[in-house]
Amino acid sequence: MLNLDNQKAIDNLHQNFIKPDIPKIQIGDTLKLGVKIIEGDKERVQFYEGTVIAKKNSSINTTITVRKVLQGIGIERIFLIHSPKIASIEIIRHAKVRRSKLYYLRNLRGKASRLKQRFE
Amino acid sequence: MSLGLLGNKIGMTQIFDESGNIIPVTILKVGPCVVTQVKTTLNDGYNAIQVGYGNVSTKSLTQPQLGHLQKSNIQPLKYLKEFRVSDPTNFNVGQVLDVESFVAGQLINVTGKSIGKGFSGLQKRYNFARGPMTHGSKNHRAPGSIGMGTSPGRVLPGKKMAGQLGNKTANIKKLKIVQVNNDENILVVKGAVPGKPGNLLSIVLST
Repeated sequence: MLNLDNQKAIDNLHQNFIKPDIPKIQIGDTLKLGVKIIEGDKERVQFYEGTVIAKKNSSINTTITVRKVLQGIGIERIFLIHSPKIASIEIIRHAKVRRSKLYYLRNLRGKASRLKQRFE
Repeated sequence: MSLGLLGNKIGMTQIFDESGNIIPVTILKVGPCVVTQVKTTLNDGYNAIQVGYGNVSTKSLTQPQLGHLQKSNIQPLKYLKEFRVSDPTNFNVGQVLDVESFVAGQLINVTGKSIGKGFSGLQKRYNFARGPMTHGSKNHRAPGSIGMGTSPGRVLPGKKMAGQLGNKTANIKKLKIVQVNNDENILVVKGAVPGKPGNLLSIVLST
């Protein structure tokens, strides 16, 4: 009979697109992401800084949710970290957290929403 | 008509295109296929090639099937299918066809059996609206009126009714080839193809 190794074929395809040099992102990290933006025919990099509140590990579709508070309004953006549109990922600081999803930060504001820094 | 090949569906995933956008893709394992018979207008009344795919042991084929293949000295093959071609002189019996016949950017038509959904009602099969579930309604998923009264006194042909959904040959046209992998006989196309992973598919270049 035909022997199809389906998952292997899918993984092989992903290997062409997965970035090998991504830093180890942990929940609670403060990141500075460079996002490529195309304006007309010009391309520039815009930086987005915030806290990682969730991460979905799924090979090529690995995503992180990065939250920041701008003028009192919370902003969350979901990034595909292997996307070519992500130019750079820089970890600014780690934080001491006890859960894998920091959705509770959405209900906190100001000083209460700070995370305790963790040094490595 | 252009050449056709047989293959299997492997599965779906998503990848990034040149501009960084994500695109949904299906991975297909296509060929290698062997030309088992060449039909010409002179002999058979029409031009076609018969293509075989999937090596099996001699035990899993019947004597007539084996005899047909042994006539042209070809290993036992599980699936045989005919494709109409405009010029049969380009093909020889025993010739191997594989994904090298395709290049990225071409459009292909993919035919296969769709996923069977069994005997389905009208909401699922034809997207009819359903009736209210509460407030005394007894018309939940009923078809409603199926036609006029005494005249014509019959249900018009083609009236949409409940019945078998899926498990039927479906043809998806003009899928764009994103990637061709000659070493592993793999085609990556944008979009979905019929059936579940493992489904037998026939792949023809779009005209």
